[in-house]
Amino acid sequence: MRIHLLYFASFRDAVGRDEEDRDLAAGTSVRALWQMLSREVPKFASFPSMPPAAVNREYARAETVLNDGDEVAFLPPVAGG
Amino acid sequence: MYLTSSPIDVAKMLLEARASDGALCLFLGVVRNENEGRATVSIEYQAYGAMAESEMELVADGLRRDFPTALVSMRHRVGPLAVGEVSVAIVAIAPHRAEAFAACRAGIDRIKTTVPIWKREFHPDGTSDWVDPTKESEDRVIG
Repeated sequence: MRIHLLYFASFRDAVGRDEEDRDLAAGTSVRALWQMLSREVPKFASFPSMPPAAVNREYARAETVLNDGDEVAFLPPVAGG
Repeated sequence: MYLTSSPIDVAKMLLEARASDGALCLFLGVVRNENEGRATVSIEYQAYGAMAESEMELVADGLRRDFPTALVSMRHRVGPLAVGEVSVAIVAIAPHRAEAFAACRAGIDRIKTTVPIWKREFHPDGTSDWVDPTKESEDRVIG
């Protein structure tokens, strides 16, 4: 299955791109995707725990299983206002 | 739409009062010239646009539930802003001041907690930083 990843703010700077598609094994969870990215991006590996995640523009739990076509984003600490 | 890349029309937001309303509370967030002791010359707000809109709607839903007599409108700027510009505006209108103050305060507090918007501060030396409220001192987080 294929998911669409979005990056924002400091995460965008760390990865060097705004978005990308990823082919994942069926049954991959949000947490498993974060662990995969952490092996590629040194900044992500330095985090003590998984940051908040969104699937299809809603906050999602780490255990959430991803589906083909999902839009996924890991979110740096928000700073609106 | 809650997010805008144009200056927020605050005056327009003040015109929604009903005949039964006796109190209007306005909060404006304004771009400051420093943060944590470092000078700021300008800032940039970046948003996860579609999710930020839906999270703002969830904030609005929560305010309607928690402050049923209040009418609340909210706007947030995105893109580049200069020092002194309005970054966020909350207007809470209610029959009495207690609900207006409480709904206005809750509105800005909840926006800061859940809406996926990020702030980059540009410094006089040309460097910039993404603001991380989780790493700032307590008094700044509350402000």
